[in-house]
Amino acid sequence: MIYDFLLKLTGSEIAAGFIQSLLPLFVFILPFALIAVLLERKVSAHMQDRLGPMRVGYHGIFQTVADILKLMQKEDIVTDNSDKALFNIAPVLVFTGSYAAFAAIPFSGAFIGSNIDLGLFFIVAVSGLVVAGILMAGWASNNKYTLLGAMRSAAQVISYEIPTILVIITIVMITGTLNLYTLSELQTGHFWNWMIFGGPSTGLIKVAFIPFMIIGFVIIYISTLAEVNRTPFDIPEAESELVSGYHTEYSGMKFAMFFLAEYANMFAVSAIVAAVFFGGYQSPFGYLGNSLGISWFIPIEQFFWFTFKGIFFVLVQMWLRWTLPRLRVDQLMALCWKYLIPIAFVNLLIVGLITVL
Amino acid sequence: MREYFNNIWLGLTTVFIGMNVTFKHLFKPAVTIQYPDVKLLLPERERNRLYVNMDDCIGCDQCARACPVSCISIETVKSLPTDDLGKTSNGKKKALWLTKFDIDIAKCCYCQLCVFPCPTECIYMTDVFEFSEYKRENLLYSFVTLTPDEIAEKKNNFEKAEAEKSAQKAAAAAKKAEEQAAPKENKPSAEKPEDKKE
Repeated sequence: MIYDFLLKLTGSEIAAGFIQSLLPLFVFILPFALIAVLLERKVSAHMQDRLGPMRVGYHGIFQTVADILKLMQKEDIVTDNSDKALFNIAPVLVFTGSYAAFAAIPFSGAFIGSNIDLGLFFIVAVSGLVVAGILMAGWASNNKYTLLGAMRSAAQVISYEIPTILVIITIVMITGTLNLYTLSELQTGHFWNWMIFGGPSTGLIKVAFIPFMIIGFVIIYISTLAEVNRTPFDIPEAESELVSGYHTEYSGMKFAMFFLAEYANMFAVSAIVAAVFFGGYQSPFGYLGNSLGISWFIPIEQFFWFTFKGIFFVLVQMWLRWTLPRLRVDQLMALCWKYLIPIAFVNLLIVGLITVL
Repeated sequence: MREYFNNIWLGLTTVFIGMNVTFKHLFKPAVTIQYPDVKLLLPERERNRLYVNMDDCIGCDQCARACPVSCISIETVKSLPTDDLGKTSNGKKKALWLTKFDIDIAKCCYCQLCVFPCPTECIYMTDVFEFSEYKRENLLYSFVTLTPDEIAEKKNNFEKAEAEKSAQKAAAAAKKAEEQAAPKENKPSAEKPEDKKE
């Protein structure tokens, strides 16, 4: 584990913990956001037969670096009639909420921020902070568009948390653990041990699980997509209706924090989907490190597979974003309360019955 | 109940149909033109920025009169008989010093009406369309080739010649009729004798 290594290196638990808590941010989230923003623009452009950014570097690969430089130099505008304290806390809170989720995500067998038994529960719980931050931002800006965006966002995130949690409970009923590290370890071996293919159970039960796991995966994917406020569920940010929703009044680094939080969230939910249904950091075909006899190589491979799965689901999110139009508010609520929640409940019941058998 | 499951089925399948469409477009070549680097071929008769080839301009003022928005302003000074102004490319002899040839391109409506009357085809539309400026004054293009000093000199020469002529006029009453015709002459009449020479 990296924590033990850091502990030996620094000789102090506080320093080791501190460095470890910063690792995902600097090693993972910042580079990921840089790449993902560019990827988003490139993917969207090519899906619309355009080219996207082309001027900074070869095919615009340094576009996001230039954007970051621009954002850092920008004036930090605080409107006169805003609630200054809330206005300043909100972006920090939103980013904290989405970053805290990374604490329980196992990046590889050797690195998990905090190996807590309530991992999944913790992630769902701290995601609630994001809603508070968004509401604060919308309210403090003293602008009708931001307030509308924040209200919509709160309504949406809270509604869509229910199907997410119902699917997570389904998984917990099978595996009997909320610890993401244990959950990933359960799905070790080849890809037929992944939860989407019935998990580590054997025989007829495994086959019986598969259709319900696929339904569960579709539900959790849709609801997590809605939780991170992306198209087709982007009514909180709806550019054509609300300027840009709750972060309309923000500029410079505060805006960058919202942006970073959005992309961090995108990866966080993709990582949860990958960890719960697709084996987390486990390789689908066994490890090169095992066959070559170099055990230190396995965590690196695991990290590769984890980011690969995470980024794949992020790509699918982008793909969906540039395919589907935005839902109306009533359609959004209908989808959640009339379709996802009942189906998730039925799914939960059936999986429960199978587990009892 | 049937409608409910039908909705689910429709929702899922149509999403996949849409995703299929966008996925196909991912590999289609882009239609973007990298504008400042690559430019589209303009139509053959495009009308953009005006240009005046001052070597050929005889100062006939016909373009300025044709202009519907009066964006061309021309001032000329007669040359002395001793001045050699050269010839235009189609063989016409120039007789006027151009002291002012301004085109306010900000006013120009790109109608091309100034181009057709020109007897020497020296005013024409170019294919330049990127000439935006931060200040409107910068769009007032001046085409005169003479320096301000030269312009003052030509004007001075002309005034001196006029003064001499009027002095002669007063002195020689017998030649008065002939002398009076000269100052009234404007450009086309000045050209007529030259045309005959050719």
